[in-house]
Amino acid sequence: MKFRTFGRHVKESFRSIARNGWMTFASVSAVTVTLLLVGVFVVIMMNLNKLADDLENDVEMKVFVELTAEDQQITELEQQIADTLGVKEVVYSTKEDELVKLAQDFGNDLQLFEQDNPLHDVFYVKAATPTETAAVATRIERLDQVSRVEFGKGKIERLFAVLDVSRNVGLVLILGLLFTAMFLISNTIRITIVARRRDIEIMKLVGATNWFIRIPFVFEGMWLGIMGALLPMTLVTTAYYAIYNELQPRLAQSELITLLPPMPFLLQVNGLILVMGIMIGIWGSFMSVRKFLKV
Amino acid sequence: MIQMKDVYKKYPNGIVAANGITVDIKQGEFVYVVGPSGAGKSTFIKMMYREEKPTSGDIIINGINLAKIKSKKVPLLRRQIGVVFQDFKLLPRMNVYENVAFALEVIEESPKVIRKRVMEVLDLVGLKHKARMFPTELSGGEQQRISIARSIVNRPKLVIADEPTGNLDPDTSWEIMNIFKEINSRGTTIIMATHNKEIVNTLKHRVIAVEGGMIARDEAEGDYGYEI
Repeated sequence: MKFRTFGRHVKESFRSIARNGWMTFASVSAVTVTLLLVGVFVVIMMNLNKLADDLENDVEMKVFVELTAEDQQITELEQQIADTLGVKEVVYSTKEDELVKLAQDFGNDLQLFEQDNPLHDVFYVKAATPTETAAVATRIERLDQVSRVEFGKGKIERLFAVLDVSRNVGLVLILGLLFTAMFLISNTIRITIVARRRDIEIMKLVGATNWFIRIPFVFEGMWLGIMGALLPMTLVTTAYYAIYNELQPRLAQSELITLLPPMPFLLQVNGLILVMGIMIGIWGSFMSVRKFLKV
Repeated sequence: MIQMKDVYKKYPNGIVAANGITVDIKQGEFVYVVGPSGAGKSTFIKMMYREEKPTSGDIIINGINLAKIKSKKVPLLRRQIGVVFQDFKLLPRMNVYENVAFALEVIEESPKVIRKRVMEVLDLVGLKHKARMFPTELSGGEQQRISIARSIVNRPKLVIADEPTGNLDPDTSWEIMNIFKEINSRGTTIIMATHNKEIVNTLKHRVIAVEGGMIARDEAEGDYGYEI
């Protein structure tokens, strides 16, 4: 193919978009609706995942050391905990550290206790698998010099149940979305085919090769995909910034749950929407032309 | 330039549209193909530009055997033949100029040559001033003239016309015939399927009558020979 023919194909694709009017509108709308659904869904899923990760990583056991334990024994205990099955991370915190933390939360009045600190030395332990926190806690409780182990018992189990459900719901949503997308696009293609079959037939009779016919259609599909992606990209970006600015200050107070920061995240989502738009467009054109090239 | 030898065509539904056709057409001839509807006239014409493939036998045009040509080569064949249809077959979303230019774009001609040649043939068919209009804005006769312009713009040696005046009134039909006459006088072979008795009997040329998938008559300066 000569380069000027390539230019001709690009020009032809633009011309066709302009002259097809309602057909262009119909295709772009179908792509827009699909991509908007995809965009919203991806934003929700990614944040849900982030939430789940945040919560899971936050599941921590607090192991209280016996007040009578010697330094030597504490060092041994740390080793034992680290060696316990299913433990990922052990962080030691002396009773003095604990007092500082308390003071941060409740004010400096607690400095009174500096002379006679009533707190325990503490190990903060994380399980390798957050869902096994309870089992790991039981194992650690059996070790010498351990006074008691605390973690948000029943609550955590319920939390994991909720997260499981929400992920399954997400999966169902994905399937529903894919189905909708296929339906919308294949319907639009069907409309386009009827309008185009005569054009393709004529082009072949005049001596056009399959690729000569196909390439402008493929370009056209690509532009339609890009046009269809513009609105979803704008909407998702605007909406996410609005929601983020509204919710983030409140969520930040809890220190537990946070939304994904917009910057790299929105770029990724918009990139995904754009690429999907282009792929849907090209695929759609290819499918609609393919059937009628065998004249 | 065209040799058909023992051409036989049977459609999947069992109809035999060509039952042993042998014919020889020379460069520069003007040939009418006549015959009752459903007698195999259209099949005879369609096999020449490879819209239909013969079941057996040979069709040789300019040394290319259409019975053996690969599907991939069909576009190359079509570029050497101009085809004019009863229903014009213009692209509705392209204007007059673009419709004609399309036949040159497919052979990747340069824009300069395309512009020159398209304007030349539009001039020949007398529609230069309507180059920017769309087919739907033109009358039937004008659309057919555009279709003819497209068929000759890449200077084929052979033009095949399948009832080109079938949808047109008598006056317009004669305008179209005059264009074909002009094209033929420049040495282009013309094969025309037609039902137009007046034209065949007035503008005398070779007549091939197809009946029941066979050649019933082949006369140098024949008559239409059927009562309508």
